[in-house]
Amino acid sequence: MTANQVVFLVLAAIAGLAAVGVVAFGNNPVRAALLLVLNFFVLGFIYFTLGAQLLGISQIMVYAGAIMVLFLFVIMMLQLHQRSPIVEGREGRGVLAWLFGLALAVVVFASVIVPLMSVSGSPIGDEYGTPQSVGRVLFTTYVLPFEIASVLLLIGIVGSILLAKRRL
Amino acid sequence: MIREQPIPTIDWLTLAPMTTVVVAGLVALFIEMFRPKQSNGPIVTVSVVGLALAGALTLAQFGMEPGPTFAGMMVRDQVGLVLQLLLIGVCLLTFLFSDPYLREKKIAFAEFYQLALWSTAGGMIMVSTTNMLMLFLGLEVLSIALYCMAGMDRKQAKSQESAIKYFLLGAFASAFLLMGIAYIYGPTGSLDLGGIAMIAAMPESGYLTMAVFGVGMLLVGLMFKAALVPFHQWAPDVYQGAPTNVTAFMAAASKVAAIGALARVLSASGALQEFWLPALFWVAIATMVVGNFAALVQKDVKRTLGYSSIANAGYVLVALLAHVKKPDQVPLTTALFFLVVYCLMTVGSFAVVSLAAKGGEEGTRFQDLHGLWKRAPFAVGCLIVFVASLIGIPPTAGFFAKLFIFQDALSTGLVPLAIVLAVTSAVSVYYYLGIIQATFVSDEGARKTVSANPSFGLNLVCLFCALAVLVVSLAAAPVSQWLRGSTQLPGEAQARSELQLDSGGRVGAR
Amino acid sequence: MLGDFMPILILMAVAGVICGAMVTLSWVLGPKKVTPYKQSPYECGVEPQGDARERFPIKFYLVAILFVLFDIEVVFLWSWLTVFKTGSLEFQVFSGAAVAVYMLLWIIGDAYVIKIGAIDWDEATSLAPEKLGLSPDAEAA
Repeated sequence: MTANQVVFLVLAAIAGLAAVGVVAFGNNPVRAALLLVLNFFVLGFIYFTLGAQLLGISQIMVYAGAIMVLFLFVIMMLQLHQRSPIVEGREGRGVLAWLFGLALAVVVFASVIVPLMSVSGSPIGDEYGTPQSVGRVLFTTYVLPFEIASVLLLIGIVGSILLAKRRL
Repeated sequence: MIREQPIPTIDWLTLAPMTTVVVAGLVALFIEMFRPKQSNGPIVTVSVVGLALAGALTLAQFGMEPGPTFAGMMVRDQVGLVLQLLLIGVCLLTFLFSDPYLREKKIAFAEFYQLALWSTAGGMIMVSTTNMLMLFLGLEVLSIALYCMAGMDRKQAKSQESAIKYFLLGAFASAFLLMGIAYIYGPTGSLDLGGIAMIAAMPESGYLTMAVFGVGMLLVGLMFKAALVPFHQWAPDVYQGAPTNVTAFMAAASKVAAIGALARVLSASGALQEFWLPALFWVAIATMVVGNFAALVQKDVKRTLGYSSIANAGYVLVALLAHVKKPDQVPLTTALFFLVVYCLMTVGSFAVVSLAAKGGEEGTRFQDLHGLWKRAPFAVGCLIVFVASLIGIPPTAGFFAKLFIFQDALSTGLVPLAIVLAVTSAVSVYYYLGIIQATFVSDEGARKTVSANPSFGLNLVCLFCALAVLVVSLAAAPVSQWLRGSTQLPGEAQARSELQLDSGGRVGAR
Repeated sequence: MLGDFMPILILMAVAGVICGAMVTLSWVLGPKKVTPYKQSPYECGVEPQGDARERFPIKFYLVAILFVLFDIEVVFLWSWLTVFKTGSLEFQVFSGAAVAVYMLLWIIGDAYVIKIGAIDWDEATSLAPEKLGLSPDAEAA
């Protein structure tokens, strides 16, 4: 094992545990949100160890920074002292959910992880995920998606104002 | 050193219709910024002009040399052009009856128009790209605008429920789509749909299972958008809760875009059809059966039409499967023809249903339509045409659309699908007639039902859709022939993918 | 084995030791005289009242979501800035035009936010009631 792999495994373990914690602390939104911050943050570092620097920085800026602020504001709008209004319906659903989740995990493992076990080494170069190489491609080949993304953000702005602010 | 990437060549005409629609939305937003005091008139005018211009630009491209542009991000081909034109038409028809409806419903947010325009642009991207990144972005542009529009009626709990359900399930489906894209990008390093065929051509590489898994995920994401069983549960609730003009737009546009994208994905992954064809075979059967039988017990017109749109998605899936099974024999024409007819019928019938709104109230149960015959005879007359077409009664276009699908299914050996199609269509007669019957029941009973006066725009929409449904049926053979000569997807798609992989797609050194 | 990561590990260790020492030492050495009044939450020096878990207006949320949207716009620009200077002239012109279009949409969005009064803190009506055929007085009611 190389140093990179050790660091990756440690970070992955932290991220995994934090993600489990988000679900396990589901009845305490603030705690779940804080664990989610941890998860997002560690995920950013995992991207760094994989060489995807731009993605790592975006992850920390956008997710650990901005999206979490949004989550906390959502939590502030909840009525925390009341019990959750969502009542679990029939008990059978939980079992079904576990079954389907497990089935998906098995399928992913069998059809994707197992074939990948035999792959050794990465075909990508050192510069693969640097801001420079992404910038080069984003502003030549992928300019059109880049522009569409700005339309998407504009829709986000107009839509959120429509739903949250404009009054009749 | 980082490799210089070549600047892509741009064929502006290919991008022009989509760009025009986006720009029309921007101009409309500018107008809204200055808050016109009296009406949404200027915004509607700008939108309609923009759409007409985009339609003209699309029409101008028919017969031109097909091919990709902008490094393969957008593609010009006949299928894409027909579907783009259809999306533009749907948006235009919706706008014509939207303003009076929104006024009656007391939701005068002009943002509806901008969001609908951008949503249309998203759909137009989806139907004319072979790049999965563009496909995803188009889907998101289409959907996010739709989520917001569904929740536009903020005073109604139903509308909010509809928005949140649509959003949560839609986000989940998008995650599946992204996952699928990642699994195809991983082994090929290409975001083009041609990558699937590339993996399929090299089974010894060991990536075949990943490709199958990826295609499966892609299909799940798109089947959700097209509301195919078992990914259909959101549709009736969302259709019921959203404002009726949004429902009309959503039912038509998002289905056209999703089916268009589905056709491309299925064509591109034709080499893997031994894996997904059996699954989609059952999906088609389940969709037709569930859609039609669940519609029988509905008490709400919008829900009934929602289930009807699920059933129609099943029919069009049969056409897609027939095409993908034998692409040389059966062109995509049948599916396109069905989509055109479906849009006319759906937008038309939702336009008539939108009459149920009056003074901020809206009831869409069957008894709320009672007596509509007396108050809006013309609209109900048109509704009869739409319903006849939805059922598939001979002189209407719906009959021919279903007949073509039936023939295709038989000629490609999908006999069970053809039988299910015929049987479930017969079942559908019952609930479709129920809608007509409701409008004729006298409202002299316990409570008076109310409805708005049909506006000029609404009558225009009804007239256009009804005439089109009848005229297209008269011209069914030539129209079909014209489409037949011009629609071919898979062969070119493969040839293109070879080209595509050299010119880009991979970040950094391979 | 961890050669590449040694500097950052040392940094983390030093940071951990210093922070840990500060917290632990002040906790160990500091005098502790607990009274019920001291234990209560601090609220401007007066006795706290009500529940801290109150619902906040949606205005906060709107500001947050607008922040997220503009934040994402910045992320894209950052990767552009890293390559702009070293690119060929052709690349500079092309990507510059692309960013100009991108920024134009951003500016339109921003202008819309300001013009429509979305971040005005007092909830002024942002839609003309005349559109619905209502009089402005009916709106106020």
